Amino acid sequence: MQPILQLYEYWNDIHMSYLDFLSEQGPRFIDGTIMTATQFFLSAILAIMCALTAGLMKLSSNRMIKGTALVYIEIFRGTSLLVQLYWIFFVLPLFGLTLDKFYTGFVAVGLNLGAYGAELVRGGIQSVPKGQWEAAYAISMSPAKRMYRIILPQALLNMLPPWGNLMIELLKATALVSLISVTDLMFEAKQINGSTFLSAQAFGTALIIYYIFARLVVTPFMRWLERVMARKMGRA
Amino acid sequence: MEDMSQYPTELSGPDVPMVRFMNVTKRYGALTVLDSLHLDVSEGEMVTVIGPSGSGKTTVLRMLMTLETINGGVIYLDGKPLTHMEKNGVLVPADAKYLRRARSSIGMCFQHFNLFPHMTALQNCMEGPVQVLGLPKAEARERSEELLSMVGMTDKKDQHPSRLSGGQQQRVAIARALAMRPKVMLFDEVTSALDPEVIGEVTGVIRKLVAEHNLTMLMVTHQMGFARDISDRVCFFFDGKIEEQGAPESLFGNPQCERTQQFLSAVKAAD
Amino acid sequence: MFDWRWDFAFEILPRLLQATLNTLAAAGIGYGIAVVLGLVFALAQRTPSRFVTLVVRECVEFIRSTPLVLQIFFVFFVAPQFGIRLSPWVAGMIAIGLHYSAYLSEVYRGGIEAVPKGQWEACTALNLSTTKTYFRVIIPQALPPSLAGMGNYLVGIFKDTPMLSVIGVAELMQAANAIGGANYRYLEPYTMVGIIFLAISLPAAGLIKVFEAWVHKKLGMN
Repeated sequence: MQPILQLYEYWNDIHMSYLDFLSEQGPRFIDGTIMTATQFFLSAILAIMCALTAGLMKLSSNRMIKGTALVYIEIFRGTSLLVQLYWIFFVLPLFGLTLDKFYTGFVAVGLNLGAYGAELVRGGIQSVPKGQWEAAYAISMSPAKRMYRIILPQALLNMLPPWGNLMIELLKATALVSLISVTDLMFEAKQINGSTFLSAQAFGTALIIYYIFARLVVTPFMRWLERVMARKMGRA
Repeated sequence: MEDMSQYPTELSGPDVPMVRFMNVTKRYGALTVLDSLHLDVSEGEMVTVIGPSGSGKTTVLRMLMTLETINGGVIYLDGKPLTHMEKNGVLVPADAKYLRRARSSIGMCFQHFNLFPHMTALQNCMEGPVQVLGLPKAEARERSEELLSMVGMTDKKDQHPSRLSGGQQQRVAIARALAMRPKVMLFDEVTSALDPEVIGEVTGVIRKLVAEHNLTMLMVTHQMGFARDISDRVCFFFDGKIEEQGAPESLFGNPQCERTQQFLSAVKAAD
Repeated sequence: MFDWRWDFAFEILPRLLQATLNTLAAAGIGYGIAVVLGLVFALAQRTPSRFVTLVVRECVEFIRSTPLVLQIFFVFFVAPQFGIRLSPWVAGMIAIGLHYSAYLSEVYRGGIEAVPKGQWEACTALNLSTTKTYFRVIIPQALPPSLAGMGNYLVGIFKDTPMLSVIGVAELMQAANAIGGANYRYLEPYTMVGIIFLAISLPAAGLIKVFEAWVHKKLGMN
């Protein structure tokens, strides 16, 4: 009987103190989450733009264009995001380009994940059946119209599942901006840990919030997008 | 390098063919698929091309559609060069812009239909006229609906290709090609991917086209009976060359060359 | 525009190269843990017990969906609160190993699921035990399609080692930070770190493709 009572009391203690902890630190977690969400959306937009541009450039037959895209992709995929973040923040000012840390954050994350996305764009476009290119060619469509009206819509549907994974990676990558003192969720968690020493609660809560964001916001949204695209292709 | 001065920059005279292959050669690496081919198709003529696989028959169509590049000779369309353009009185290989303009008078239907899956049947037909010919949407819609009714697909015009059977998709594909008002129509094994019971739908549409329109047509097919019925001329290809050609009754009924006889008896045995 | 000092660059090169060895060691050990643990996770999701499968599945999803750097902090700071004192190295290895085992378990799952059903049926017909079935028939066939993913994550782990610098692990990024902080010059250290990363990850990615092709040829598969 004794051990059960002890366990119950222990659980009660932790439970009570966790609720207290949440009510006390809640606002800071919320501030951090809002900053993380902001960094996420801005990075995502930049990543998508970079991915589309670089992916299309890599398919060009012009060697200069293809080469530029290749260099961008290999550099940003071949080095660590943390290195890129520090480089943009500490080294770029020496070349005259100083970005405030808020901008540095999502620019680094966007450029890095855009490089991975470029390969997904390229793969998506190349997975469109060759017959579609030929049919568009047979009705004399210009290359630009053909890409925009026929190939890209079909490539988009093929690309969405791996893009879903990429979006989760993007969310996780935003946590690194805390290391250049951007006040996101990760940063707040470290601050709270520093002031309360309740590491499990501080970091644990942050982990849970990231998890909720990933599983209950990002993934369902990407699945919804997939369904919408499938319906547009008449495949619902 | 071939001496291009032997080729006229324009065909003139009383009987200019709609399509002329002049000394056309096509190579894939070391393999020669078409060898100094000469082929004329007159306006309004329906020519069927038959032959074993690898004989080059599909290549003929694809080269006319400029889906493949040419390695020797010139192809003329309606008197003007298709694969080449004139520069300082001599023919040089055509650039992309010239090709796009020149091939707009040719339409093609493919073995695997290649309808645009993200558009309805009607939208598929309207796409060319609106985006390439610059027609206003209302006019394109009218033209497309007319063509869809001709191929018997009016009630399915708002369906996506995934909801249509193979025969229905191919009929929409024919309407889509016709919407561009081509001078020449190419049919590349359009019934080979269809279940036997729907082949009739598609051959019926092609029969109608032959009967009611004066389109120049080239067809590659394995349907010998159908070819015999509607063709003006049949060409038997072997190893990149025309082995024998002539009116369907004489080629099918009384083939002269040994290879033609072998091919026709093999096809008959498989039927 | 910039004043790159070659003398400074050469001065710090030995220290950076030394730190690179640490980085490679960290990546190697972390990967080793992940390879084994990943297999455990993958197999645990194939037990007949639905409860175990579900719990393991959620744990794997949780680890995959949350930032590695946060997990590193969690392991490093929370372990002492349960009485376990961990050095930065060990905490880092545990966190990275755990994180990448989640990724690798998904790769393995894909590979295992790609093995044709007939193989399982043949094992049943020959009365092979579960262990023998897995280790002698299924896993050898699951390996070739998994190699691409496994290779990518090896390069990925290497690129993620800089995160260990946040808890003070003496790897490459931490060395660059220390040098930069001490000399007030970040241009050379950070640029050279970037170049070192490229110099290792690009050939590594190439080698992995070559290795993959070799394995495919050796096993006579497509």
